[in-house]
Amino acid sequence: MTHKKAMLIDISLCVGCNACQAGCKEENGLPPNEEKYLSLTAYTALSKYNDLYVRRMCQHCDVPTCVSVCPVGALTKSGVGPVSYDGEKCIGCRYCLQACPFHVPKYEWSSTKPSIRKCKFCPNRLAKGRPTACAEACPTGATKFGDRDELLIEAARRINAEPGKYVTRIYGEQDVGGTSMLYLSPVPFEELGFDSRLGKIPMPMLTMSALSKVPNVLSVGGVLLAGIWWITNRRTEVQAHESALKQGKTQPQEDDE
Amino acid sequence: MKGLRLPHLTGWRPIATILILAGILAAVARFTLGLGATTNLSDEFPWGLWIGFDFLGIGLAASGFTIVAAVHLFHAEEYEPIVRPAILTAFIGYLLVVLVLIIDLGRPDHFWHPLVMWNPHSVMCEISWCLMLYTTVLSLEFAPIILEKFHIHSPIKWIHAVSLPFMIFGVLLSTLHQSSFGSLYLIVPNRLHALWYTPLLPVLFFISCIASGLSMIVLESIIFSRDGRPFLPTRLRANLAKAIALALAVYFVVRIQDLLSRGGFRDMTTLSYYSVAFWGELLIGFVIPFAMLLFERIRVSQTGLYSASLMVVLGFAFNRMNTAITGLEHYPSQTYFPSIIEIFIMLGITACGFCAFSFIAERLPIFRVEESGDPFHHEALSGVQEPLSESPECEDLRPSQADPISRAQLHGG
Ligand code: SF4
Ligand code: SF4
Ligand code: SF4
Repeated sequence: MTHKKAMLIDISLCVGCNACQAGCKEENGLPPNEEKYLSLTAYTALSKYNDLYVRRMCQHCDVPTCVSVCPVGALTKSGVGPVSYDGEKCIGCRYCLQACPFHVPKYEWSSTKPSIRKCKFCPNRLAKGRPTACAEACPTGATKFGDRDELLIEAARRINAEPGKYVTRIYGEQDVGGTSMLYLSPVPFEELGFDSRLGKIPMPMLTMSALSKVPNVLSVGGVLLAGIWWITNRRTEVQAHESALKQGKTQPQEDDE
Repeated sequence: MKGLRLPHLTGWRPIATILILAGILAAVARFTLGLGATTNLSDEFPWGLWIGFDFLGIGLAASGFTIVAAVHLFHAEEYEPIVRPAILTAFIGYLLVVLVLIIDLGRPDHFWHPLVMWNPHSVMCEISWCLMLYTTVLSLEFAPIILEKFHIHSPIKWIHAVSLPFMIFGVLLSTLHQSSFGSLYLIVPNRLHALWYTPLLPVLFFISCIASGLSMIVLESIIFSRDGRPFLPTRLRANLAKAIALALAVYFVVRIQDLLSRGGFRDMTTLSYYSVAFWGELLIGFVIPFAMLLFERIRVSQTGLYSASLMVVLGFAFNRMNTAITGLEHYPSQTYFPSIIEIFIMLGITACGFCAFSFIAERLPIFRVEESGDPFHHEALSGVQEPLSESPECEDLRPSQADPISRAQLHGG
């Protein structure tokens, strides 16, 4: 049984040292500049809100929108957590950019053979039982890597231990059906640029209801149309036959069926 | 073909040539420089003008399935004369859309991937499949016209033998993907403006494509009329107009009722960029033409009907572009305006479409009425009809010559 991995990001502990970004860039062979926003070369970035720093990266959603919209299955979700991307399959439709509720995937616009890029959740390290590079680099424990279940217990413990220190909400626990990134914050999440209107229902459910009607449309619709055709065709034949009789000349019926 | 007089736009040829050349240059630039250098698309605005064009093209090509359904499945055979033009429009429309889709892909060389890699949860995957299958069905529906021209008759028989299931399949496929284009946006409730986002998007897309498809048929039948005589009899056009009005009314009621029930009253009534766009599309494309079509006088008048259906088509275009562009601009407060290259590619492709249409219409028996009259035997289902392919020249585009029996029956059906 694989355990679902996750990261707990405690915003109150982050000192903005940027070690996570540096660690991530080293792990992924990206140019080491310090960057403020997610980009092709920054799979994680720190945004500053007053004196608080918030790490952004792919949420590695439990029911990822990006995975559900990709027409060719270039994005896949593993049981352990990572949402991985295969540029060999990708057709570059950019639906994942359009659909990701966290605006995570970035696209190589300047390339003629573009891929998308985003945080990978260090699957190679996970496979070896090691923590992600960013969590390993974090000096204050603001980013903690572990089993999702255990981290949720840990987060609840922290909230209860010091009442008033945190808002009583673990962002990512249930948002869009749950994500692998769990956040604790001392101020309401909306003030830190988090989208709190996303709801608990995974986004892919929104299209599921439409897509689930496809087989029905095909089967019921097919029978219905064939039936209508048969009825109208029959009526046409009968009428034609009757009027032909009236005119006193018998016309041979050439059926189309 | 003597019987056909395409509307003569002065200077159309040079303009079309320039547009197509500019489009080719733009396409070369797009393929050599990549999307970033040639479009105004960005991570915040990954879809732009081209996807709007796709919606538009597909919606207008809806004339194909609506008329095929009416004539061949519901036996409204009096509309037979418009079947071929409608199928041709749809066929060209779909080919153009597929072309734009491929240009729009970041990896055009991977365009075939949806054929072998499926993600059944993806609306985009369903659309790709529907597009491919329906384009195939359309080419089968279109093939007899070409084969007839070259007097190759055995495949025609074969095609006719299987044409009924194909037609049914085609109608279903179009129903599916017309609405799926709306479903594409079901996944972005947080991005698309509340005036356009609704769980009913697929339904609304479907209803409006019927109105626009029928309007296209009316437009074609007027534009391709000859000597001031419309291509379809006035009465038939008036009937089509009634169907359009019905579709518009259903659309309007569903849309407004849905908006109100989701609390969109303020969005609709406060003056903003979005509410102006919203009312613009609704008035131009739905309310005004609906009001016009209520009058018998307009339904039977050529200019009246022409302007009403043109408004439906424009409003439809407005709606699709609003859904694809305007509605997404409020989040994340980024605006988008297509680059000159995006525009040129779109114009060039549109010009190609028009040229292809008139080229084919002049050479193949698209606009002609079946004079010989076995009324029970409508064309695409019927067997070979020798004389027709030989005498397209002497065909008159006069309203259907079919004998009174068929008229009478059709009233029943
Ligand atoms: S955050 Fe976006 S890109 Fe990451 S898994 Fe979720 S939907 Fe996909
Ligand atoms: S851009 Fe690539 S990864 Fe993203 S949805 Fe399209 S095919 Fe899938
Ligand atoms: S999980 Fe890996 S890829 Fe993602 S931000 Fe951390 S180090 Fe970078």
